[in-house]
Amino acid sequence: MNSQRLGITAAVALTAALALSSCASNEGGTTANTTSPSNLSGTLNGIGSSAQGTAQTNWISGFQTANPKVTVNYDPQGSGAGRKAFIAGGAAFAGSDAALSTTELTGTFAGCAAGSAGIDLPVYISPIAIAYNLDGVTGLKLDSDTIAGIFSGAITTWNDPKIAALNSGTTLPGAPITVIHRSDDSGTTQNFTDYLATNSPTVWAKNGTPVPAGQTFPFQVGDAAKGTSGVADGVKTTKNSITYIDESGATGLSLAQLKVGSSFVTLSAAGAAGVVAASPLASGRAANDIAININRKDTSANAWPLVLVSYVVACQQYKDAATGDLVRAYVSYAVSDAAQQLAAQKAGSAPLAKDLATKVLAAAATIK
Amino acid sequence: MTTGTAEVLRTRTRVRLGDRVFSISTVVAGTIILAVLAAVAIFLILQSLPAVFAQPGTLPSDAVNFWAYVWPFVFGTLWAAFLALIMATPLAIGIALFISHYAPRRVSQVLGYIIDLLAAIPSVVFGLWGITTLAPFVQPFYSWLTEVAGWFPLFAGPVSGTGRTILTAAIVLAVMVIPIMTAICREVFLQTPRLHEEAALALGATRWEMVTMAVFPFARSGIISAIMLGLGRALGETLAVAMVLSPAVIVKFAVLQAQSPNTIAANIALQFPEATGLSVNALIASGLVLFVVTLLINVLARYIVSRRKTFSGAN
Amino acid sequence: MTATTAQPTANAFSAGILPRGATWAVLGGSWLVMGAVFGIFAASGLTTGFNIVGAVFLGTVLFDVLLYLFSRRVEGPRRAKDRLITSLVTTAFIIALLPLISLAWIVMSDGIARFDPTFFTQSMRNITGGGGGALHAIIGTLLVTLLAALISVPIGLLTSIYLVEYGRGMLARGITFFVDVMTGIPSIVAGLFAYALFALFAGPAIRSGFMGSVALSVLMIPVVVRSSEEILRLVPNELREASYALGVPKWLTILKIVLPTSLAGLTTGVTLAIARVIGETAPLLIVCGFTTSMNYDVVEDRMMTLPVFVFTQYTQAAGADAQAAVERAWAGALTLIIIVMLLNLIARLIARAFAPKSGR
Repeated sequence: MNSQRLGITAAVALTAALALSSCASNEGGTTANTTSPSNLSGTLNGIGSSAQGTAQTNWISGFQTANPKVTVNYDPQGSGAGRKAFIAGGAAFAGSDAALSTTELTGTFAGCAAGSAGIDLPVYISPIAIAYNLDGVTGLKLDSDTIAGIFSGAITTWNDPKIAALNSGTTLPGAPITVIHRSDDSGTTQNFTDYLATNSPTVWAKNGTPVPAGQTFPFQVGDAAKGTSGVADGVKTTKNSITYIDESGATGLSLAQLKVGSSFVTLSAAGAAGVVAASPLASGRAANDIAININRKDTSANAWPLVLVSYVVACQQYKDAATGDLVRAYVSYAVSDAAQQLAAQKAGSAPLAKDLATKVLAAAATIK
Repeated sequence: MTTGTAEVLRTRTRVRLGDRVFSISTVVAGTIILAVLAAVAIFLILQSLPAVFAQPGTLPSDAVNFWAYVWPFVFGTLWAAFLALIMATPLAIGIALFISHYAPRRVSQVLGYIIDLLAAIPSVVFGLWGITTLAPFVQPFYSWLTEVAGWFPLFAGPVSGTGRTILTAAIVLAVMVIPIMTAICREVFLQTPRLHEEAALALGATRWEMVTMAVFPFARSGIISAIMLGLGRALGETLAVAMVLSPAVIVKFAVLQAQSPNTIAANIALQFPEATGLSVNALIASGLVLFVVTLLINVLARYIVSRRKTFSGAN
Repeated sequence: MTATTAQPTANAFSAGILPRGATWAVLGGSWLVMGAVFGIFAASGLTTGFNIVGAVFLGTVLFDVLLYLFSRRVEGPRRAKDRLITSLVTTAFIIALLPLISLAWIVMSDGIARFDPTFFTQSMRNITGGGGGALHAIIGTLLVTLLAALISVPIGLLTSIYLVEYGRGMLARGITFFVDVMTGIPSIVAGLFAYALFALFAGPAIRSGFMGSVALSVLMIPVVVRSSEEILRLVPNELREASYALGVPKWLTILKIVLPTSLAGLTTGVTLAIARVIGETAPLLIVCGFTTSMNYDVVEDRMMTLPVFVFTQYTQAAGADAQAAVERAWAGALTLIIIVMLLNLIARLIARAFAPKSGR
């Protein structure tokens, strides 16, 4: 009796599946094939940084349109998961908010040809915004010491003299500050804490000891929320709150100005890209391994040193040559001017500056 | 528990082939479950060992050893599940009773159906609802509560600005487990022999007396099962808690503050994507601890149930 | 349901009885009183603003107390207690229903925006802005869950039959105990386990729908066992004994008498178990992977599922097209609930068709 019932349930589910399975109307590229000169085909799987997620979605779409026989999957699980999977050979490329560490580089890469290691290619630059929700206050001005004070819990009310000193002419409420930070480990937190640890080591400290940069938010202050969307929702629904957030998630929020050098700077993509372009490369790495040491103390005009650089991690040479061809084509496309502009428009990222883009493109072309 | 049927079996002289095949297949099914569980346990233990015997200073959040690392999460898990069940159990029994014995027949069928459906809402949606609707809704109430009852340790301030406290997470958990608990309680309540109920009513019992005399004794083991299933879900719920709770590595009972103890499962979901090396082992080891905690709670529940003789149709 | 038929007989009209409508009058009165109290509080500045939830809540509490005292005076303590419990059960029901209704309403109202034909005829391949659909995820969820049910239901049902009809001694006690333990496996651990199991044989790159089914089965089996065990235990022994007395072998007794008698309950149990796992996100994120394209092959390549679709559409909602992604997320959630609703409906119809007539 029961097996009958199961059988019927299964039959109904199958019928439903079949009814639905008349192929998605946006797939099956018989028409696209005629216009496309591309002879690339196959499936390319990437795992990694969720910060890159929106940009990758757009790049994949552009790449698949140009190469209809290719399927690219990008799984935005997180940078750590991406690097782990890539090293173990579980993904053809990884998206990562941090370059491969020196210990990771000395290990073996299961997906790469013998003796070949992974290389880092910066493809995505995202300014990190300081977003706040404060009635009647626009154009809040902050410097790294006050930000460090607020996020370490030393400054607890909005009308604190330190904030007031930077915002003369603005009436600040006496309400307590609700700090919202990431509850999950993230590259955004890493870059944010790196900025504070570099610029305000005396304030960004526990019991007088400076706190180093890290993926985990180090202080027990305020509320924590999961992911960019979580902190964005938190700030939207909570009065008197402040957070740090990838600019792509900050749509509709008020953004603070940052004191860089002696002037206040409004967040701009060009300012963020400029800082990255002017920063030195990490030394002691392979020629095509482009890891950037971001200069957090850049004080040139309009510079926005609160910035996150995200990489695509790929093999210099793949075990499987076909995978190598796909990765080379895909990464070259992602670094191209068209793709960078697309990401800027859709994900709010900062396009790579010309010199850097040329360098990355050249490195990407060497992937085999 | 099935001694009655067992005797029937023993007195039979000839064992039929169908009987043998059927009984063996049931044993095989049961053994598969044990095998799967053993495999899960072995997987957890193997992956956990490096973290359990880790050197001081190598673990995440600067913990001296693994137990210091995992204790705040164990506490948070138990505390959140406890709060959730305190809210969910009476409500679930109340709803089940309402559907089975109080509501008109037409209404009760529809209600039962709706409750079943709610069990299917994905945890992500509970998380979304918790963030966008529940937390902002309860936050003013929390801040009122800290003002009025702040002297009581549970409600001590300072109040969370976003309302994403452990109490909110517990409410979300309660709402998540209510459908599953209600569905089981309802089925069990409905199975109460009608003759028992009618006999009670015929003796002049009020409806409540009938429920306590006929329905509850009959349904006790079912209610315990429902609670255990609810507890299992509350202890292991991952994404909803991860999205709603504002976690910190902390041990405290206050339910309205911004820094709440995190649960094991939510912590795994939050940290796993970015974890590398020993952190991965530490996270899986915390999963093993959750496993053991569940085991201990089940031992306790079994002990409580076994002290009272269960009432069952198969007895 | 017995209650409705029993009510007239339960009321012995001989004793004193509250007048018709007294309950509603007391309820209204209590709300008014508490409304007034909170109004005075608000007016005197003790609280900031009028707290309507507090007024309704405390008003309801006051109602419960008043009705009890009132009824105790008129009708005596036993009946008063009955009234108290009735109002408490009803209150519990309404309180519990409020968040559930709020949740259902949000899913409905936010999900309807993208609940259009495109959503069911397109995948997300090459879709970046608005538009696009969840066909790939719907197929994925149906296949993964169907496979999980095909694994879990036979195992779970046979185990519960063993526990109720055959089991005694160590093995039965062990299984009962460990099934309870199994309910406590966190879903993400089930995912990690399934991944480790398959990676052992097929290397770390493996992701497939079938792995998802295995992970879900680990979560689903204990629910099936636990709920069907409870239901099978409630089948009266008289039925079994009558069957044995007619010379029916035990296995046929179970198949033809025990299972059909409890069919409705078993169906509820199985649909509940399916409902429990169909919305699982965390393990599928790990083992099924992520794709924007169609995939019908459960053993090869990544497969999208609805919960993962909802999760990623929400978490990846950033930049210029954020709103479109959030709308897709809610439409996905609504679709998931409707799928469960249909499964539930089908299961009930089948149960009704096969179940023997009972007294209820």
